[in-house]
Amino acid sequence: MSETMPIPRLIRLDDYTPVLGEPEVAELRTLASRLQAHTVQMVNSTAVGGGVAEMLNRLVPILQELGLAIRWEVITGGNDFFEITKAFHNALHGGPYDMPPESFDTFLAYNEQNLLRLQLEAEFIVIHDPQPVALIRARRDHSGHWIWRCHIDLSQPNPKVWDFLEPWVNKYDGAIFSSPQFARHLPAPQYLFYPCIDPLSEKNRDLEPEVVTGILERFSIDRARPILTQISRFDRLKDPLGVVRAFQIVKRYFDCQLVLAGGGASDDPEGEAVLSEVREAAAGDPDIHILDLPPWSATEINALQRGSTIIIQKSLREGFGLTVTEGLWKRKPVVASAVGGLPLQVIHKHTGMLAHSVEGTAYQIRFLLSNPAAAARLGQQGHEHVREHFLITSSVKRYLTLFLHLLLLP
Amino acid sequence: MKRAEQSFQFKTASYLVRIGKETATTLAQLKQGLEGCSDTSIFNHTFQTLSHHHFITQGFSNDFAQWVLASCNRPELAEQLASLDIRDYLSLAELRADLKRLVSDYCELNPQQAEQSAFEPFFFFEAIEVEVPLGMEAWTLEEFRQGLERLSHASIYFHFIASRLRLHLRTNDFSYWLESRLDLGTLAKQVNRIDIYTNTLESARQRIIDLVERELDS
Repeated sequence: MSETMPIPRLIRLDDYTPVLGEPEVAELRTLASRLQAHTVQMVNSTAVGGGVAEMLNRLVPILQELGLAIRWEVITGGNDFFEITKAFHNALHGGPYDMPPESFDTFLAYNEQNLLRLQLEAEFIVIHDPQPVALIRARRDHSGHWIWRCHIDLSQPNPKVWDFLEPWVNKYDGAIFSSPQFARHLPAPQYLFYPCIDPLSEKNRDLEPEVVTGILERFSIDRARPILTQISRFDRLKDPLGVVRAFQIVKRYFDCQLVLAGGGASDDPEGEAVLSEVREAAAGDPDIHILDLPPWSATEINALQRGSTIIIQKSLREGFGLTVTEGLWKRKPVVASAVGGLPLQVIHKHTGMLAHSVEGTAYQIRFLLSNPAAAARLGQQGHEHVREHFLITSSVKRYLTLFLHLLLLP
Repeated sequence: MKRAEQSFQFKTASYLVRIGKETATTLAQLKQGLEGCSDTSIFNHTFQTLSHHHFITQGFSNDFAQWVLASCNRPELAEQLASLDIRDYLSLAELRADLKRLVSDYCELNPQQAEQSAFEPFFFFEAIEVEVPLGMEAWTLEEFRQGLERLSHASIYFHFIASRLRLHLRTNDFSYWLESRLDLGTLAKQVNRIDIYTNTLESARQRIIDLVERELDS
């Protein structure tokens, strides 16, 4: 059943000082000084794989190092439970829900089983996503502060699933969403916590120039000519065909290359179909590099982003878009669609350029290629934007602030 | 070196962003939102956003102006909204009244544009402030300089920008202390004159330190 995760100690808070500066790290310690030995439990449904586990693997050790008595609990369940929660996930994104009506009872039964093993008695309990949402049943007499952290887009949920979950969500003292667009009207306060990247992770750490050059050479990409890159899985919602069309417009005026790199084609039939459509659209153009990368390609993605002249994210629909965060962190000018969480990161003409069409995307790319000084300014400001708002340390600060705020509430 | 009768207490503030109830997809809805939103929302989109975007030193003033320009493509109204300088306001009520007036006048003169859909909606957020003392204090100008060097961006923002609303004066915590506790009126004025729209929090800090060092050397 449920397990309490051993807390990894790979990175220390001081390791972030070169990135943030001494005063910013000291400020985290000051905020945490008022929360010494206060108890926190983070609860989710997986210890490895997926963005939430990746984030908790970084966040929890830092909060522990700062003196909070934090535990990370992972709920467990059988295949039937995870089939149901996968179906929930898709339905909450607006898809159909075809599971039998008794699936809701199965979901609750697994939450109940986990409750038998978990001691949820901390002052601050943060439940991540819908899988463990019904654990709030364990709450006695309004004890502790219970917060639901929703990492998914709830803007257009399937009512069958949302109507089931909503009464549980309404029992919480507050909810956290990644974007205002993903939120619902709830009786409790809703807070905005942006997703984040870790500047020290393999995908984002600084790379030596020769590593970048070596990886680009491995993919036969010419560093002497501008490189336009979109990193995304091969999915229609990422509009790779639109990116190819925008590139073809740009190429009439600039001798440049396009890199479309991502995964998802090997284990997803639709991804495979999209990949072959993209290959067809590229029509053998040697300046279009289509790279179907395996999941363990963090260094390669890092190098491709660092070697790029411009990062593109021409999605038709998007969550938060952490690949854009990664590009901005690497001081790259970004051209992105004005969808989902992208406008939160790309402040038009300040931290990047927003576009609303293939032609608009091509126009903004041409503008940036013609104006390298403007592109460099956007890249620098984009980097600062990420440093202030979208790093793991910003997330640490938000949690500390939330806990302090809840403590001060009458 | 003069010792103040009352020390400068360095503090910091951290802000939690709460998603508000109001949203706007047209200028007419922005007008309604400005009427109905909380004071903490006005604060968030004018004062707090300067801290969030301090690294942008050209062409960014407040969230309302940025949305009107980037999402509604109405540069004339955006320019008017951007020209509101938070240093001119001692209360959020006055600032809200001017924001409302500008949007309202524009909507009245341009009823068609007032109803046009923006590319993206405007979401009203509220800033919840959590104030924390840093446990540092300064009794002399030299100690004040040393303290400045150790401040985070949030702390500089708290003392230098957000303080105006707290003090209800056209000044900031630093200038107020320099003038009232160390009798350094000229230095206080020079510090208060540093433009918060064209400086980053980092460059503002450096300019204050430069002014203080000049005073220490004189």
